Amino acid sequence: MNLKPETLSKIDEVITHYPTKRSATLPLLHLIQEDVGHLPPDTSEWVAAKLELQPINVLEVITFYPMFRQKPIGRRHIKVCRTLSCALLGGYKTCATFEQEFHTHLGEVSPDGEVTVDFVECLASCGTAPVVMIDDELHEKVDGAKAKQLSDQIKAEAKKR
Amino acid sequence: MRAPEQHRIIFKHIDEPGYTNDIGCYLRNGGYEVLKKAVSRKPEELIEEVKKSGLRGRGGAGFPCGVKWGLVDRKSGKPIYLIVNADESEPGTFKDRYIMHQDPHQLIEGTMISCFANNVKQAYIYIRGEMPHGARILEKAIAEARAANFVGPNILGTGYSCEIFVHRGAGAYICGEETGLIESLEGKRANPRIKPPYFPAVLGLYQCPTIVNNVETLCHVKYIAEHGGAEYAKIGTPGNTGTRIFCVSGHVQRPGYYEFPAGTITMGQLLNDVCGGPLPGRKFKAVIPGGSSAKILRFGERFKGKRKVGTELVDYDWGVEDVPMDFDSLGMIGTMGGSGGVIVMDDTVNMVEALANINAFYSHESCGQCTPCREGSLWMKKITSRMVHGQARNEDAALLKSVADQIPGRTICAFGEACSWPTQSFIAKFGDEFKQYPETKKTAKPVDAVALV
Repeated sequence: MNLKPETLSKIDEVITHYPTKRSATLPLLHLIQEDVGHLPPDTSEWVAAKLELQPINVLEVITFYPMFRQKPIGRRHIKVCRTLSCALLGGYKTCATFEQEFHTHLGEVSPDGEVTVDFVECLASCGTAPVVMIDDELHEKVDGAKAKQLSDQIKAEAKKR
Repeated sequence: MRAPEQHRIIFKHIDEPGYTNDIGCYLRNGGYEVLKKAVSRKPEELIEEVKKSGLRGRGGAGFPCGVKWGLVDRKSGKPIYLIVNADESEPGTFKDRYIMHQDPHQLIEGTMISCFANNVKQAYIYIRGEMPHGARILEKAIAEARAANFVGPNILGTGYSCEIFVHRGAGAYICGEETGLIESLEGKRANPRIKPPYFPAVLGLYQCPTIVNNVETLCHVKYIAEHGGAEYAKIGTPGNTGTRIFCVSGHVQRPGYYEFPAGTITMGQLLNDVCGGPLPGRKFKAVIPGGSSAKILRFGERFKGKRKVGTELVDYDWGVEDVPMDFDSLGMIGTMGGSGGVIVMDDTVNMVEALANINAFYSHESCGQCTPCREGSLWMKKITSRMVHGQARNEDAALLKSVADQIPGRTICAFGEACSWPTQSFIAKFGDEFKQYPETKKTAKPVDAVALV
C-alpha cells in the first residue's frame, strides 16, 4: 500500500477518536479510497494489520457498503439519484443522458477514461429533484438539458488537460 | 381555510441572506447563550424540561425523547454515549441536510446541551457518506466550538468535559436504524441488533448505555432548554408538540421544506396553499406522508372513525386533504408521520411503476441478515420489475401481497415493516390498477411519459 504521508497521518489521528481500534474501519477505508481512488486488493490485509483485526473483518465491511469500490473508476464519478422523488421528475432520463454523452454503461469506466456513471439510491435532496453528485458536488434540478450541459463542462475540462 | 403561517424555530436561519455557517455568525445571532445557561443548571432539570416538552423524536418513529433519555442505564458505571443520527436516508426526507450545511452550530449546541443533561463524555455524529461537505462543515464547526471552549475539556470552566467526533457512513440506508448505526460505528457491517437485549439505552455502543437522537430532535432540545418545556409544549397540539418540518417532493408546484406548529396544518393546506397545488393540467392522485416506507394515501378515499379532542370522543370524516399532519392523526388513518417526507404523485403516474421503484430501493438496502426481509424485498422487486419490463399477470397483485404479508413481525428490525408497507398499501389502495396492468401495458404510452423503473 503506497499512501501519501498526509493520508498516513490522518489515519493515525482518526484511530484516536475511538476507544476500540475496530471503529476506525470505515474512516480508514474512506481515507484510502480518497487517496488511491479505489480500494486496492491489499486493503483488507493492510487495514487489518493497522487495526489488529482479521482481513475478513475488513473485507466484509468493504463488500457491505455501496460507497466502497474495489475497482478503479473514471476521473470523475457521476452519481445520479434513482429513487422515487427524483424518478418522478425524470431521474431515469438524466441518467440515460450521462450514459449517452460519455458512450458508457452504468458502473463502467467510459471509453475516454473520463467518467463512471452510477445510478444510486436516495441522495436526500428530494425537494430539488432530480439530483446528481459529481464527485463531492451536489447538482440540483438536473433534467436532460442540464445533464447535457454538465457533460459538456466535463468534456471541456478534459480537453484542457 | 387558509394554511397557517410558517413558524420557523429550527429552520429560523435556513436560506436567510447573509447567514453563514461559521461560529462568528452564530454568536452574533445569540449562539451558545443557551449552552452557557444550561451548564449552570442541574442536569436532571434539563431532562425534566425535555420530558415536560412532550418532544417526540423527529427521525421517523416519533418516540418521546424524554422517555428515551429516561430509559438510559445510569447505574452501570459504564460511560454513556450520545450518537447524533445524521444518516438522513429515508427517501423523501431532506431536512437534516440543511441544518448541517447551513446552521451546524445549532446542532452542536443542541448536542452539547443533551450531552451535559445526560452526563455524556463522548458524542459521535454519524453522517451519511453522501454528504462529504456536510462532514467537513461539521468538523470545522466542532473545531471552532472547541477553540471557544464550548466543546472539549472543562467546558466554560465547569469541570465538565465532552468531545464530539464526526463519523462518516458509506451509503447504507440501514445505518439509519439505531442498532445498525451502532454496529457500523463499531466498524462492522450494519446488521441491526435484536431487542431485547440490545436496547441502546442499556447495551448500545461498545455495550455501554447509548442515546441515539436525530439531528432535528437535538435542535429542538436546544430550543426547549432556552424557552422551557412548558413553553415549548404550547406550540403545536397536545401529544404533538413543537414544530414539524415537512419535506415535500414530487409532483407539486413548489416542493421544499416547510416548518409549522405540529398538528395545525392539514394535508390539503400543505399541498395546495403552501406548495401551490398540482402541476398545470394535472390532478393529485396519491401521497406518501412520512418517507417512502409510510403507507400510501389515495386522493378520493375517506377516513371515518372517532377521535379524542380534549377529553371528548368526536366523529371524524376526512378526505386525504382534511387529515391533520401530526403523528397521531396520520397513525389513526393507517399510515404514519414518520420522518416528515411527503412524496406526491399526480395522475400521470402508474402505481405499479411507482411501487417497482420503491421495491428496487428496499431490496437494494436490505442488510440481508433476516431471510424474510432479504428474500421478500428481492422478490417484491423482481415481481414488480417483471410486471413493468416483462409480462404482467392478473394474479401478480395477490402474489405480491402474499410475499409482503409474510415479512413484518418476522425480522430483527423495523426494515421488515418498512419494505412491506409500500407493497401492502399500494395493493390495498390501488388494487384495480394492478389488476388492469396487463391491459394497461397494451396501450401505447405517451411520448413524454416518465420512466420510474
